[in-house]
Amino acid sequence: MELKIDLRVPSMSYQLQQENGYAPLAADLLRQANRFGATEADIIIADGETFSVQVRLGAVDRLTKAREKRLGLRVFVGRRSASTSTSDFSKESLDQLVTQTCTLAKAVVEDPLSGLPAAEQMAIERPDLDLHDPTKLETDHQIDMARRAEAAAMSADSRVTNSEGAEFDSSSGRVVLGNTHGFIGEYRSSSFSLSVTPVATDQQTGMMQRDSWYGIQRKFSKLDSPEAIGAEAARRTVRRLGARKTATQRVPIVFDQDTAGSVLGTLCSAVSGYALYKRASFLVDQLGKSIAPEWVTVYDDGRMVGGLGSRPFDGEGLPTRRTTVVDRGVLTSYLLDTYSAKKLGLNSTGNASRSVGENPSVGPTNFYLVPGTKTAQEIIASVRQGLYVTELIGFGINMVTGDYSRGVCGFWIENGELAYPVEEITIASTLQQMFAGIELVGSDLVFRGRLASPTMKIAEMMVAGN
Amino acid sequence: MGELVQLTTFGLSEREIQGALGRVKVRDVDYADLYFESCVSEAVSMEESLVKRATKSISQGVGVRATAGEKTGFAYSDDLTRKDLELAADAARYIAQSPGASQPVPVPVQQRPTRNLYPVEQATVEVATADRVALLNAIDIEARRYDSRITNVMASFNTEYKRVVVATSEGTIIGDVQPLSRLQITCIAEEKGNRQVGTFGGGGRVPFEFYQNEERYLAYAREAARQAILNLSAVAAPAGVMPVVLGWGWPGILLHEAIGHGLEADFNRKKTSAFSSLVGKRVASNVCTIVDDGTLPNRRGSLNMDDEGTPTNRTVLIERGILRGYITDKLNARLLGIPLTGNGRRESYQSVVLPRMTNTFMLAGESDPQDIIRSVGHGLYAVSFGGGQVDITNGKFVFSASEAYLIEGGKVTKPVKGATLIGSGPEILTKVSMVGHDLKLDEGVGTCGKEGQSVPVGVGLPTIRIDEITVGGTQD
Repeated sequence: MELKIDLRVPSMSYQLQQENGYAPLAADLLRQANRFGATEADIIIADGETFSVQVRLGAVDRLTKAREKRLGLRVFVGRRSASTSTSDFSKESLDQLVTQTCTLAKAVVEDPLSGLPAAEQMAIERPDLDLHDPTKLETDHQIDMARRAEAAAMSADSRVTNSEGAEFDSSSGRVVLGNTHGFIGEYRSSSFSLSVTPVATDQQTGMMQRDSWYGIQRKFSKLDSPEAIGAEAARRTVRRLGARKTATQRVPIVFDQDTAGSVLGTLCSAVSGYALYKRASFLVDQLGKSIAPEWVTVYDDGRMVGGLGSRPFDGEGLPTRRTTVVDRGVLTSYLLDTYSAKKLGLNSTGNASRSVGENPSVGPTNFYLVPGTKTAQEIIASVRQGLYVTELIGFGINMVTGDYSRGVCGFWIENGELAYPVEEITIASTLQQMFAGIELVGSDLVFRGRLASPTMKIAEMMVAGN
Repeated sequence: MGELVQLTTFGLSEREIQGALGRVKVRDVDYADLYFESCVSEAVSMEESLVKRATKSISQGVGVRATAGEKTGFAYSDDLTRKDLELAADAARYIAQSPGASQPVPVPVQQRPTRNLYPVEQATVEVATADRVALLNAIDIEARRYDSRITNVMASFNTEYKRVVVATSEGTIIGDVQPLSRLQITCIAEEKGNRQVGTFGGGGRVPFEFYQNEERYLAYAREAARQAILNLSAVAAPAGVMPVVLGWGWPGILLHEAIGHGLEADFNRKKTSAFSSLVGKRVASNVCTIVDDGTLPNRRGSLNMDDEGTPTNRTVLIERGILRGYITDKLNARLLGIPLTGNGRRESYQSVVLPRMTNTFMLAGESDPQDIIRSVGHGLYAVSFGGGQVDITNGKFVFSASEAYLIEGGKVTKPVKGATLIGSGPEILTKVSMVGHDLKLDEGVGTCGKEGQSVPVGVGLPTIRIDEITVGGTQD
């Protein structure tokens, strides 16, 4: 049986527009939205290419290649609003999307504070933040990067016996944002990342451990060598062999860079305007108050050159900037977009984050704890009995109350030195006490994502084990 | 029988699909498939007594996959033209490194799934926005009426209507229509500066009437409010090793984390799971029998077929304490030489197939739940949980209680604040000494994440007693 052949070919005019950039398409759809009753609207279009290869035990395990594109439309009919998105850019489908979005908006209630930001607030200058690297890598080169990283891990130590694999990812794309104020902005960005996850076996007990290490950069040339990443992954994995539980007790806790970044991430969520106006944050009513010691300063910087969270304008077209969130222990600013700012009687901080098809929310750009002067070594040396945390697992964080209880892996510290690896234990406290209890901040700030923290020591938490 | 999903949904013919499969299936490719997906999802949400957000998203695309030995080549496209299919096919077959020529593949034959576990009309999923708005408004009123200390109610109603077609180099084309919806409610309670949260919800592959039947949506609202109010009087959780009683239903997340992930075939093929060499061995006490069952009508984790077109199954994972087997997709079943269980799942056309759970639960035992609680001198009774996580390799897992009580002298006493439970997968079930007769599955809100892919799942548990597990509270 032969079924009907009906290949979907996008309309010619739209196809031409895509090749010339999406600005004309955005303008056209915004005009259409106006015609169907929208008083204001904005549109976001994202497209890009991704490549990913996973190598395991020297052979390619999985290779993925794709191009993707997506368009999101948000309309306001008076003070009513709706958002839609599609991956189908055919004219017929986009026309339908515009009418459906306007219909949807008419079905929800009026929200007096909804709407686009004021026209005069839109970003005017578009600084080049050096976010895009046009380097095109051959498939075999990318496979080779992953293979070298895994080989480096496997050969680093005889106890490394197996591997979850190594992965190299590259992606590049662009974002176009336009609205009915006449704003139209576009930027390109790229990223390159390499990670390795070795598995080590304890010769005596047969027990296995895995850990991983990774590098991620916007510029390919800045990525650490596969050999360095592989060797670090192996070092982190074999040192976990022989991990045991420890006794239940209160002790000082040292978080390594990545786990300190995770703790800092809770602060980032708690200062989101949405969590605050819903009174779903443990930092409600704390603006202007001291939440940490004076050696704690936290910035969110959207304009860091080459930063993994940098962007010239936010998800509503407002200029990004550097915001001091915590100034020498005092909570000085929330992170806000237009809507959450209005709800709190404040101004947007340029932190609107927009995944295509969703309403704007608040997200960090480059959110980090300003480094101190001590090395990680010196911080560990300051602890007589305590815990050095290298991995956090589970979701035991209550953002409303600040209650914190998570599983950890790490090392027991005795007399200032790492004595033995530990696992199957938890640490617990409240986030309020944890931030107030930050005793030391390390000098080792490295950005491996939008959130970054140096090594951090907290005076005391409850460890539950035996 | 399930619905016959027409290829015309995707504007394609059988001949074109055969052409594309032939292009992927070069000499050294063992297996190839095309996964077409079209999904419409909608969400409305309420906060501060206003239903002020509505979103709708349409996605459509194709994932093209080739496997050769242990290798997988994968490409996807959100355009479905012949040219896009060809480009994706060329990218996917790259891994085989075979010289040029395509191989003939059988003329595909359209099939339909042999059962229909969720005969839900599209119209009963995509109901008028006004009906959803009315539902959310009623929830707000009900939750606030429950107790005047409820200061905010946030609720969202999400629906998804997904059509998929899988065409394989084995000559089959099979499609399914997969409706899914979820209602989720969060209440904030406030009293003298003490703020607490309660969350509840439910859903499944169900029509809109499911939420209206027996005023289920209002019961959800009261339950979220009850939890928030209860937490106002919660005391700090204890820290240390103690006996723990888990209540029925959602605490089945224990099984999902502690053993479910460890029994997914990919980790075992790679020998990176703490369960790798334990088939046939004792991993639980003999009161424990655990299954993964994708065939339960209307359940969130159920499917007529998995995302490779294999019918889903009821697979016994642990029988009276003995590990029986793994859950598999085609690639891992072939490489391990073990049965295909219909657990090959993917988040969307943009992701590769992995062995994943469906609905995972422990069968009912013989104990009276009250006797189980009475058997504990000093311990914890945990009835609701947030999320959990496991490290497959060392087997350590955690999951966090959102509603729990102290047990003192065989009686349930004070509510305690969220505590994390931590244990070791291959050991924890050997410490289960009593299993209740009150098996229940969860309400239908679970989502499982693996390698960055989220898929809907279910869990279930009767009341059980675990003789000892580490409780991560703050109190000595």
